[in-house]
This record gives sequence, C-alpha cells and structure tokens, in this order.
Amino acid sequence: MRFVFKTGYDQDIDVAKHGGQRFWYSALLLGLVIAPWTLPDYWLAQLTFVLIYGIVGLGLMLLAGFTGLFSIGHAAFLGVGAYTQAVLASMGWAFPFSLAAAAALSALVGAIVGLPALRVKGIYLGIATLAFGFIVEEVLARWESVTGGNSGMMVASIDIFGWRADTSESFYFVCLVCAVLCTLIVLNLLRSPTGRAFVAIRDSEISAQSMGIHLARYKTMSFMISAALAGVGGALYAHQIRFLSPEQFGIIQSIDLLLMVVIGGLGSIHGAFLGAAFLITMPQFIALGKDLLPPAIGQAAGLQGVVYGVVLIAFVLFEPLGLYGRWLKIRTWFQLFPFYRRGLFKRQKAFQKSDRLK
Amino acid sequence: MSDTLLSARNLTVRFGGVLAVNDVSFDVQRGEVFTLIGPNGAGKTTVFNLISRIYTPTSGSIAFEGQPLGDVAPHRIAALGVARTFQNIELFEHATVLHNLLIGRHIHRRSGIWSEIVFAPSVRRAERETRRKVEEVIEFLDLQHYRDTMVAGLPYGVRKVVELARALATEPKLLLLDEPSSGLNVEETGDMAFWIQDIRDDLGITVLMVEHDMSLVSKVSDRVLAMNQGEMLALGTPAEVQAHQGVIEAYLGTADDSTSLRRAAP
Amino acid sequence: MQVLQVLVSGVAQGCIYGLIALGFVLIYKATETVSFAQGDLMMVGAFLGLALMTALSFPFWLSVLSAIAAMGAFGILLERVVIRPILGQPAFSIVMLTIGIGYVARGAITMIPNVGTDTHTLPVPYRNEVLEFGGVVFAVEQLAVIGVTAALCAVLYLVFQYSKVGVAMQAASQNQLAAYYMGIPVKRLNGLVWGLAAAVAAIAGLLLAPITFIHANMGFIGLKAFPAAVVGGFGSLPGAIVGGLIIGVVESMAGFYLPEGFKDVAAYVVVLIMLMIKPSGLFGENLRKKV
Repeated sequence: MRFVFKTGYDQDIDVAKHGGQRFWYSALLLGLVIAPWTLPDYWLAQLTFVLIYGIVGLGLMLLAGFTGLFSIGHAAFLGVGAYTQAVLASMGWAFPFSLAAAAALSALVGAIVGLPALRVKGIYLGIATLAFGFIVEEVLARWESVTGGNSGMMVASIDIFGWRADTSESFYFVCLVCAVLCTLIVLNLLRSPTGRAFVAIRDSEISAQSMGIHLARYKTMSFMISAALAGVGGALYAHQIRFLSPEQFGIIQSIDLLLMVVIGGLGSIHGAFLGAAFLITMPQFIALGKDLLPPAIGQAAGLQGVVYGVVLIAFVLFEPLGLYGRWLKIRTWFQLFPFYRRGLFKRQKAFQKSDRLK
Repeated sequence: MSDTLLSARNLTVRFGGVLAVNDVSFDVQRGEVFTLIGPNGAGKTTVFNLISRIYTPTSGSIAFEGQPLGDVAPHRIAALGVARTFQNIELFEHATVLHNLLIGRHIHRRSGIWSEIVFAPSVRRAERETRRKVEEVIEFLDLQHYRDTMVAGLPYGVRKVVELARALATEPKLLLLDEPSSGLNVEETGDMAFWIQDIRDDLGITVLMVEHDMSLVSKVSDRVLAMNQGEMLALGTPAEVQAHQGVIEAYLGTADDSTSLRRAAP
Repeated sequence: MQVLQVLVSGVAQGCIYGLIALGFVLIYKATETVSFAQGDLMMVGAFLGLALMTALSFPFWLSVLSAIAAMGAFGILLERVVIRPILGQPAFSIVMLTIGIGYVARGAITMIPNVGTDTHTLPVPYRNEVLEFGGVVFAVEQLAVIGVTAALCAVLYLVFQYSKVGVAMQAASQNQLAAYYMGIPVKRLNGLVWGLAAAVAAIAGLLLAPITFIHANMGFIGLKAFPAAVVGGFGSLPGAIVGGLIIGVVESMAGFYLPEGFKDVAAYVVVLIMLMIKPSGLFGENLRKKV
C-alpha cells in the first residue's frame, strides 16, 4: 500500500503525483517510443490508429466527460480537420502549418456548433450537435470543388519542410508526438482554473455562475478546444487512411466516438486512450473469435454490430466508470490486498429526478 | 468609503400573477449582520435571487457599493464582491471539497488560456497562491478532515459548511447566507453562530442572511427585517422585531385563525 | 397540382416521423429518458410483420395485430431487463444504452441468414393502389399512414390527459421517489410505457414498409424524428406529430424546389432554427430550477 505524504502544494499541482506514477508513465512512454522496433508492422499501424483516435477521444472527453456537454455529431470536427489537412497538403503547405490551420478551422466550426449550447441543455444540445453533424457531412459531400464530394479525395504524405514522413515508422512518431502534446495540453488545462471551470459547469451551472464563471465563454471554449483536438486527430487520420470520403465522418463515426469515451470511462484522460484501444482492437478480437463460432453466427455480417451493442450495454449497466473504472478497481484490489471491500466503489441507489429542473 | 454596502429600493417582483416581492426597501451597513426573517413564501430567497441577478425585478433597484446592479450579468456579481450560499446546497457533487473551494477562487484568476495550456511558471505560482488561500478557509472552518473527500459522500451538516467555505473562498465583501442553520443539529447550529460572528468580526465581511432559527437570529444579528407575503413587516434590532405585533401574528396567527382547526365536541 | 402531390407525400412522410417521435415523447413523458432505439425498434417491427406474413403466411390483419402485440411485449421485456436497472443514472448513460440496443437490434437482424441483408417488400393488400380525388392522385399507402397516425394520436392524447394511468406516468417522470411514496407502481408503469412505445414503433414500421421497403438500415429514418420531437416540444404528444408534419413537409418542399442535397439536411436546419428561437419547441413547457 502506498501512502502519499504531502509536504508541499506542488505535489498536488504536478501531473504525476508520486514516484510510482512517474516510473510507470515513463515506462509507458519508453515502450511507445521503441514500439516501431518491437511490434510487427500490422500492430504498429493499429497502434497509430489508437493514438489518433485517442487524440479525438481527448477532445470529446473534455467536452462530454469534463464539461458535461453532449456532442452526438463529433465526427463533423474530425471531418473538417481531415479535409482541411488534405486540401492544404495538396497545396503544398508544410505540415505544422496545415495542422495548425486544421485545428483552427475545426475550432471555428466548434464555436459555431457550440452556439446552441448557450441556450439549451442536455438532450436538446445533443440533438443540435447531431443536426450540425449531418449538415457538415452534407456540406463536405456537396462542396465538390474543394473536397471532391462523394467520389473522395486522395491524401499525400506528410511533408515537414522537406522531411517526408512516408514510412509507417516515421508517421507513427509524428502521431506519438502529437498524442503526447495533446495529452499534456489537456492535463494542463484540467489542473488550472479553466479546467476547474469546465467541471463546475458540468456539476452545477447555477453555482458555477455564482462563483463568477461566465457560462457562455467557457462552454464556447470547451467546444472550441474539443473541436481543435478532433481537428488534429482528423488531420492525422487523413494521412493514415490516405483516401477521404464524406461518409467516413457521418453518424456512425460520431456514435463510435461516443462509444469510445463511454466504454473508456467518462471523465478520465485514461478513458480516452483505453476507449480508443477498445475501438481499434475489438474488430480484431471479433475476427479472431469468428472462426471459433459456428459459421451461421461467425460469418454473419451483423456480428460486429451485435458485439459492440452488447458490450456497450454491459458497460453502461455494470461498469459505468468504463474501462478506466474497472482498472481502478483492480488496482485498488491489489493495493489494499487483502482489505479490499466490494462496497468501496458501490454505486448509490439513485431515484430518478427530473432533468428539466436541473 | 460609505457605510452603506447594499441598498435596495422599492423592489417588486411579479411571477405571472403572483406578487412575490412587493415594494421592499432596506439598507445593509458595512460590517453588520443583517437578517431577513419571515414565514415560508415571504419572498426572502427571492430577494437573494434578485441580488444574485438570477431574477430581474419588475420594478425597483439594487445598488452595491453605490453601483446599480440593474444590468450586471449574473456571473459578474461574484467579481463585484458578493458571494452566496444556496438553500438546497448547490455544490459540485463529483469533486472533492478542496476542488470545490478551488473553484471558488475563480474570480481571482489571473492567467489566460494560452499560458494555462503550457502551464507557464506564472500559472504554477498562481496555483500555489490559490491553494494557500483555500487552506486558510479550510482552517477557519475546520474542514481539514474532509479536504480530499468527494462531496457526494459527505453528511448534510458538513456539506453546509463546505457551501459556506466555498462562498468565503471568493473573498467577498458581502456574504449572502440562505438558511445557514436549516437541517443542522443544535451543536452544528452553535458552531455556525460562532462562525458567522467570526466572519463579521475577524474577516470584516458583511453578512446578509435568511434564517428561521430565532435563537440564532437573536444571537448573531445586528438588525432584522421581517417579511410576510412579499411585504415588509418590521425593521429594527432583533428584540424590536420579535416584539412587533405584526410579526407575532404572521408567525403564530391571531386568536381567530385557529377556530377552523377546532374539532367539534364529541 | 404537383405542389399538392409534394405536400401530400410530405405529410405522409411527416406522419412517420411523427409516429417515431411519438414513441420518444411517450418514453420521455413517462421516464424522462431519451430512447435512440425507436428507429431500430420500428425496423424490427417491420421485419416481424414481414416474417408473419410471408414465412408463417398469416392473413394481413392477423399479422399486423400480432406484430404490434409482439413488439409491445418485447418493449416490456426490454424495459424489465435492460432499462430498469439503469433508471436514476445520468441521462447520458441511458442514451448510450439505447444506442447499444439499436446496435444489437440492427446487428441481430442483419445476422439472419439470407433475410437480414436484403431489401424486402411487405405484401400489403393496398399496395400500389391509388385514389383519384379532384385531379390529384393519392397513393393509398400514404393515406393509410396519415389516417392511422391521426387516430393513434387522438387516443394517446386522451389517455395521457384524462386517465389515471396517464397522470401517474407524468408524476413518475418528474419525481420517481415521490411517485413511489404516492403508491404509484412506477416500475409497472415504466414497463407499460416502453411496451406502448415499442408498439407505436411497430405501427410506424408497418406503415412505412410499403413506401420505403424493409431493410436493416431502415431505422436511420428514426434520427430525423428527433428534430420532429424537438420542434414540437419534447414533452408534448400532439407536438410530436405536429413537429413531424412540419419536418416532413419542409423536407418534401426542399426536395422539390431546392438543389440536391438540401432535402437531406432540411430537417436539421429546421431544428437548429427552432432551438435558437424557441428551444422548448412549439408546445413544450418552459421550466426553470428554483434555487
């Protein structure tokens, strides 16, 4: 068991709370850095996808998990970032600039999508974001002169002032650097007044306001940052899959993103990456398991949908804290061994109260 | 620096057909404890909500330190120096006590979003200062034991104290306390009385409170305003107001009122 | 004349949206949860009807009634097994749960060998029949939709407004604990509501089937029903239908008058406008928390 003895404020302010955390996260970082030499090509590509989706997940986690704002059309920001990057890359822009532009444009769209958030809450906001998601998808499809419309668009490889990241290893490193930077940015936000303001808005808008938090400003900021992160993820996504078409950024993708943050664990940074790992590796497991099942079930087209649905339902019912929550419980079990009590994480029995009057 | 901190003139609020507050005027002097009393539905919390700018008066005006509050947005009130607690505790449930108090320091934030994104040294310095200030409040209200506990798991009495702590963390000039002793037992109410006195005497904060517990009111208040059905009944020292005929009738009713409750003889 | 044609098809489409929205609003009024599964339940209802009519060769009316009853029972079962444990948790969790249900329904239907992945037609007796009236040709399928929707809406409105069950449902949605104290059998009511919503979805599916054909992705139409519910006001049953009609007509008109692509987003543009002007919808209530 570890007892953290606090002797200074810095221990609370720092990102890593004690030596143990520093050790394990450094080890994780090291593992990720040497991955190109330790993992076979296929799994490296999957890991790249996990990093990319993790970045997008960070954004959605910030918005939905930490600020409490539903976004059911988040793939729109992914799409804006992806297409911006593709267009600018084909025009010869250097990667850092085109990435910044993709993030900025997504942030702008995020601010627009966030406008309803200033007036409506809860499910109404969700439906507004859903509506925006469809509209953006349609715009991407119709604006053929720029995006190539429904016939799609090819994407060149990354060009950073002459250095081309066109091997899977070099691209992986670009993604790793972006993922680490984005994670640090979100961590920094969360331990500073802005991040606390987001959490305050999630838990009680009326008292956040009485504490001096300008609701409109912070909600818009949350949308913008979340969209910018999705834009960055989208830009990297464009280079990874090399061929863009508008239906990749539709409602199915939006729901996949939501699935990711819910299964990962709403309200935690780890959740974004755990959820991304789940989203990417689940099809692999299904593919592996297919052969074990009788052909009638195993080869059926709908199997993936059923599995996803069942897993989602199972998590919502039995593990609302998501994968991260389950990990916390396992870790606590080891830490407190043999004193772990099942009641430690027990959910309070809640009765339904009207959400309209919140 | 004038002596009058808050002044309300002819406040009237109408909700549809209901006249919640009717022509209420009063002044709160700097450094005093001013209490609003009255039966339920008298309009006391409505007055609070007017000061916090959650509601807008149908007519009348409020001025804080001479500045009219007519157009001020609700989130600007805290920055002006007015903090409040809520009758039905509005804490941030999924955060620790410490976190709740840190959010209370929001108006003293000096950093912009870009320096926060990179967590510049200025942000770190500001964070340390924030935590120092919050520790002062924790010490003042003896909340050390609960510092790292999630609010959702705390007993009611402690939550009321955290609500008070969070309001104090904003370093207000005027503290609005909405029924600070409701739901507290005798011992906790006694503690609350001492704290209110300390807030006035040691911290120099003016207190405007709504209260039902008459012993607390008498013990702590400098002046009292009694309201009934949205109107002013009596204004003066606790002793004066409690002796006022109209106030007694509002709380206990007249001799005629109880006849409807009388049972017919068997 | 063509305008009238466009109008009628818009009204018919709008009725479908309205019926699905009716399902949401029923569930919302009673349990204040939002169900994203309505569209997929509609799809399952349509497939069920298809199965009864073709595989089991039931006569038309028997198939229809059995499908509706079966879906009703399925809705009650769904509530009992999956929704009941989750009530009281934040709204977002419940929404994700219903999304999961939708996934499972879609996937399960797609898994049925040979049937799941194809598009089918429902053998309704009035298929391809038309009515001529004042020079305009109306498809009977569309008229059936409009007629049934109107009748259903009237019945449900009366039930909710005037019957004990209806009032009890509203009470349970506003404060579950208080409803328990008042002796309202909250759990049983919830089951009833979900059953009812599933039955309404089945009706919508059977009405829609002749128009758009039956296939596993039919449920996505359900997404357009959300704008309908918002436009009408989320807590209002007549509002759901009115909202649906508005969306349906606007969509139809957009398809006729505006360039390509606008038809698909018309519904969403309308809902955004509504949210900016009057978020509580046409018939919705404006509530604020009292602190």
